[in-house]
Amino acid sequence: MDLTREEESALKGEQGEVMQMAYRILVATGEATDAEKLIPIEWAHLAGVNYNTIGDAGEEFLSGISKEARVKVKTTLNPMGFDIDNVSKYGLDENFISKQLSIRNSYETMGVTPSFSCIPYEIFDIPKEGTQVAFAESNAAIHANSYDNLKTNKESAFSALASALTGKSPYSSLRKEDTPNVTIRMKVKNPNELTYGMLGFFAGKVGDTSVNISGLGEMDRRQCKAMCGGMGTSGTCAKFLFGEGDSDCEKVDFDEKEMQTVHDELNTAEKGDLITLGSPQLGLEEISDLVGKLKGRSFKKRCMIFCPRTVKDQARKIGYTNELERAGCEILSDCCTCLTPLINKDDVDVVTTNSIKGAFYLKNSTGVDVNLKSLLQIVEDETR
Amino acid sequence: MKKILVAGKVQGIVLKSEKPINFLGTVDKKTGIISDKNHDLFEKSIKDTILVFPSGVGSSVGAYTIYSIKSNNTAPLAMICQKADLTVVTGCALTNIPLIIISDEEFSSIENGMKISLDTDSSNPIQYQ
Repeated sequence: MDLTREEESALKGEQGEVMQMAYRILVATGEATDAEKLIPIEWAHLAGVNYNTIGDAGEEFLSGISKEARVKVKTTLNPMGFDIDNVSKYGLDENFISKQLSIRNSYETMGVTPSFSCIPYEIFDIPKEGTQVAFAESNAAIHANSYDNLKTNKESAFSALASALTGKSPYSSLRKEDTPNVTIRMKVKNPNELTYGMLGFFAGKVGDTSVNISGLGEMDRRQCKAMCGGMGTSGTCAKFLFGEGDSDCEKVDFDEKEMQTVHDELNTAEKGDLITLGSPQLGLEEISDLVGKLKGRSFKKRCMIFCPRTVKDQARKIGYTNELERAGCEILSDCCTCLTPLINKDDVDVVTTNSIKGAFYLKNSTGVDVNLKSLLQIVEDETR
Repeated sequence: MKKILVAGKVQGIVLKSEKPINFLGTVDKKTGIISDKNHDLFEKSIKDTILVFPSGVGSSVGAYTIYSIKSNNTAPLAMICQKADLTVVTGCALTNIPLIIISDEEFSSIENGMKISLDTDSSNPIQYQ
């Protein structure tokens, strides 16, 4: 890789240990992904926030570097394990809470905006077309590359952190013109958000770094979000393009049969004892839509709703929060269905959700069974 | 030899696996012992070895596991892989564990228990003894 004199000096340790570590990560990532240089980025979005995932090692590491490290560009971050406003109701152990708060404190000390959200593209202004960013959250990276006209690698937790601390990232293939070698043909009729999640999950397994998807027609923001969530969960694919692609592209159909295979992989039960909505977290539009669908009805069982704090605040002002609480929902900000310790297999056997990403992590990390249903179906079956 | 991803100079004994390693779920963070019954290195310690394996797999949070074993002094001296995956790459870069990517032929020629001198500044970075 070609490095500038300043980058070389940082790599040698002349600008302190933290910068040396950050440049070592960027150069190793760049060499591994055949980047010829580092380029400036304007926004980093970090993963590695939830104590449930990074553990004591992560907590100690962040606490250590926060003494010296400061971010150089706008930096936002992923959800943590709980919502401090209502964590006392969930019987979480003190150790978890104090370690999680230490992680939050370390990030804030480094100058990170405490957004605790996996949907930065919905709660922050999107920079101008073609802006280089570094997003570690997989659904956000895919959304940025495919829908927001931004450019990012599918970063790891550490490469995004290194980008935040240096304002730079390797100029890897996804930042240039990346031509997919496979096209998924969407054939399923009358798709809902669950269908798009399954399409994304399927495409993520088939695609390498990027994939064409044809037959999408008009797709709304929520369907796109569901697809990004599914795609980021199943593979390494970090971008989709609308359309058929070149004639020499391999063509793969996504029809009822393929959808059933994904469904059978993730749907392991027919009835849930808890409902979760929000993985990726819900935006204001989805909360408004849920309130509209409820039409005064109430949930027959527990329903957890995960959204960013800014969305929760807006929802409260508009009156949605009152309506959802009346319907029996628990509204949680700063955390997400995925890997929150608030969902525990000792208390819950089966979770009903409309999220493919949520289903994957509930099944594989939380260790509960999953019942997949579209939001419309959930409201029909689970409310009165 | 295809690529040097993290530089360094060490000597040690090869511990080789034919299977990819998922650091998050497979390696004990305190002891550096492989805890996955289905892995061919089950119950072996990766501490102070030259760990040779095809590639890392699984969650990128596995990079934090590499940080853990390094802080607990149970990490390998160096790693040699066939394929570069970003979990292992960033984990090794963070903790300064030398990491080299080698060709498939060279990978198959390395055997368990071999003694290796590794020096990424040398024109011939891997010396078999």
